[in-house]
Amino acid sequence: MPDSNQVYLRIENLTKHFGEFVAVSDLSLEINSGEFICFLGPSGCGKTTLLRAIAGLDPQTAGRINQAGKDISDLPVSERDFGIVFQSYALFPNLTVYQNVAYGLENQRLPRQEIHKRVTDLLELVGLPEQIEKYPAQLSGGQQQRVALSRALATSPGLLLLDEPLSALDARVRSSLRLEIRALHQNLGITTILVTHDQEEALSMADRIVVMDQGRIEQVGTPIEIYSNPASPFVADFIGVMNFIHGEVTSPGLVSIEEKTLKCNTENIPEKSNVRVTVRPEDILCHSELIESPNTLEVKVKSLEFLGSFYRLFISGPTGFEELMADLSIKQVHEQNITPESTLNIELPTNRLLIFPEIS
Amino acid sequence: MSGTVSLPANVVPVRIRLSRDDVILRIGLFCLITLLAIAVVFPLYTLLSKSLEDIDGKYVGLQNFREYFETPALFSSITNSLTVAISVALIVLVIAFVYGYALTRTRMPLRWLFRGIALIPILAPSLLAAISLIYWFGNQGVLRSWLGESSIYGPIGIIIGSCFWVFPHALMIIVTALSTADARLYEAAEALRTPKWRIFFTVTLPGAKYGILSAGFIVFTLVITDFGVPKVIGGRYNVLATDVYKQVVGQQNFEMGAVVSLILLLPAVLAFIADRWVQRRQIALLSPHAVPFQPKSHPLRDGILFVFCLIVSIILISMLAMAVYASFVTFWPYNLSLSLKNYNFDVMDGGGWEAYFNSIRMAIYCAVFGSGLIFFGSYLVEKARGVTWLRTILHLGSMLPLAVPGLVLGIAYIFFFNHPENPLGFLYGTMGILVICTIVHFYTVSHLTCLTALKQLDPEFEAVSLSLKSPVWRTFGKVTLPVCLPAFLDVASYLFLNAMTTVSAVVFLYSPETMLASVAVLNMDDAGDIAPAAAMALMIVYTSAVFRVLHALLARFINSRTQVWRTR
Repeated sequence: MPDSNQVYLRIENLTKHFGEFVAVSDLSLEINSGEFICFLGPSGCGKTTLLRAIAGLDPQTAGRINQAGKDISDLPVSERDFGIVFQSYALFPNLTVYQNVAYGLENQRLPRQEIHKRVTDLLELVGLPEQIEKYPAQLSGGQQQRVALSRALATSPGLLLLDEPLSALDARVRSSLRLEIRALHQNLGITTILVTHDQEEALSMADRIVVMDQGRIEQVGTPIEIYSNPASPFVADFIGVMNFIHGEVTSPGLVSIEEKTLKCNTENIPEKSNVRVTVRPEDILCHSELIESPNTLEVKVKSLEFLGSFYRLFISGPTGFEELMADLSIKQVHEQNITPESTLNIELPTNRLLIFPEIS
Repeated sequence: MSGTVSLPANVVPVRIRLSRDDVILRIGLFCLITLLAIAVVFPLYTLLSKSLEDIDGKYVGLQNFREYFETPALFSSITNSLTVAISVALIVLVIAFVYGYALTRTRMPLRWLFRGIALIPILAPSLLAAISLIYWFGNQGVLRSWLGESSIYGPIGIIIGSCFWVFPHALMIIVTALSTADARLYEAAEALRTPKWRIFFTVTLPGAKYGILSAGFIVFTLVITDFGVPKVIGGRYNVLATDVYKQVVGQQNFEMGAVVSLILLLPAVLAFIADRWVQRRQIALLSPHAVPFQPKSHPLRDGILFVFCLIVSIILISMLAMAVYASFVTFWPYNLSLSLKNYNFDVMDGGGWEAYFNSIRMAIYCAVFGSGLIFFGSYLVEKARGVTWLRTILHLGSMLPLAVPGLVLGIAYIFFFNHPENPLGFLYGTMGILVICTIVHFYTVSHLTCLTALKQLDPEFEAVSLSLKSPVWRTFGKVTLPVCLPAFLDVASYLFLNAMTTVSAVVFLYSPETMLASVAVLNMDDAGDIAPAAAMALMIVYTSAVFRVLHALLARFINSRTQVWRTR
């Protein structure tokens, strides 16, 4: 296992322009050896551009990249050390599974037996030992992506780049392959970067997530940090589901929303400033009778959406709280007999409220 | 520079070092661009400057053009050419559309046979149609009486003959346009209870619109630049293409030849630009999720269209059949007994059997060298990394030949390669110049075929290969070329067939040692030996047909060996 606190990849002030468009803007990042990193963001945020710059496929306009202690900023692709997997698999259609996986090994002029052993080992590892003589078109999407993964790993690169590898697969295959890639990473300890726009994928697979928007890093952190402590309204909104409530800090610890006042942690935010209070739908509590707490509200249920393991309630309260979502368990909805038009008492727990200053 | 964001002053831009592969590809790009410059751009430039000179090579400005427009005999050819080309375009479009519709959108029986028959004219030089027409409607023709007072020698003959040989070109484009129909559009229209005629005008026709337009431009260009048909059957009806030939070969007036060919270049270039514009629209119509259309049977419609296709097919076959019959007749119309006398080319003027074997040699050279060169060129355009501007130049250079009529190219080659100071002058009068000229003449269509095949490859193949440290030539040989092999063979076959049948460019460039079969047809017809001319034209047809069959067999063999992966 490589030392996990050692920086393997260092990106310094990386900028990429496409004509007038700034795809990545003065971005710096450090990735530790053996880490599983996800670049997460909406399409056009620069995550794929960043990946392709690291690979040298679309070189950066400016900035340095250092890999394993070596400055690779101006190296051509073929002199860099990485394996890559694309959304489209990019398997060579006229070569068999075996020939595809062996392709990189043959370039190293290894002895035949050694190549054979390595290929069969890898295909065993990804669970495809029987498909060796088949052509890519004869395999399912999930199988093809496993072959692509073996091909990328065959030459034992120091860095594995995954460009939306699961996006073309259907949901069931996607979740099983998610686990497999994660297990494979744990097994091999190879530093891995996954680019995705799917937050669930990022949350479930990454050691650390790099959330990007408009060519900049919004936040870097573990999945739990990102989810429970978003650094900006963008991250709060992009990861998971979030309620936003507009208000004003009246005094330390108090935010007024029209006629209502909420108690929350207003640390570092000056008085009289406009803020956005956020709360996750699953953090909203629902009481059957009125309780004495400053953060309770009486709301009306507009509609219910059944989402399998829980219900999402669309609720409407006093001015400023007209559009809220709350997630309740199926059991609770049935016990309290909640239907559209029901009236509820909800609580917005102080310790679950995050506030962000409003950008004017 | 506008349109780009500039970096702050203290930031150093990154320049990636070139790998060995990058260097190889750049050298390749550079070589091909140089080749195209020598084979297309420089000759055209020489042609342009020649048109501005007098006989002694002195610059005279637009004097030659003034002279041209002051000579009604020359000037009237413009209207004649336009009349013929537009008439043929209209007639062929209507027939090809109905025929193509019957092939793609109905369950009419024998569709495969009709498709095959429609391709017959491709095997023959355009001259064959004209020769055949002489036997049908000429002064001693079988059906002379049908024409009454009018004569086949003139616009009627040119139009009918041209319709024959351009028909498959129009049909192929229209069939392609009609085959890309999306069944879901028809289902949606039917679900909305749209009447059949309205579906035709709101779904079918708009879907094929660009294909029809494109076919129209192609036909227009082919006809206006063709000189085989008007040469044989045009009589005293002058068109631009025959004027070029007369000025250069007949009167040795090279400067006026240059002027006329530049005038001929103009409509060809305009049609080319219009076609590119139309093609760009066409692509946007195709959705990757389209569901293929499966026509339903409709006895009345299918029956009517069957009769229509039958009539067209009979006309196409009778054009060929008459030429075949006439070539075996001992002495038309006095001795109708059959013999091989007309195939005894060695006792006639026009090059003899040697011309035929020269043609085959040239066609093989074109197929072998041309397809390799063109595939490599399109590979560089599509797959080389970086250096966008060099790739764009190569692509534009590859598109240019389509806009240049064969006659114009041929004349430009005379001026360029025959120039006393040209170090490449040794090529003049050799087989080499014929091969170069023919490859260039048919470069663009081949280039586009290869490009289409290459575009179907995953764009990340190169990225993956680079990450696996595979040298570029290895991926080219192990993946790119094998996957594109069918397209590669199509190009080789296309070049072979066209090299066999082409007249326009090579007619200015052959020497007594490099006489070609298609030119021999022309010369024998000129000398009044019409039956031997028909016989030689048919030798080309037989050879092309055999080659087509061989190509089909070879393609099938290779597919069974190397394209296993295509089947699931």
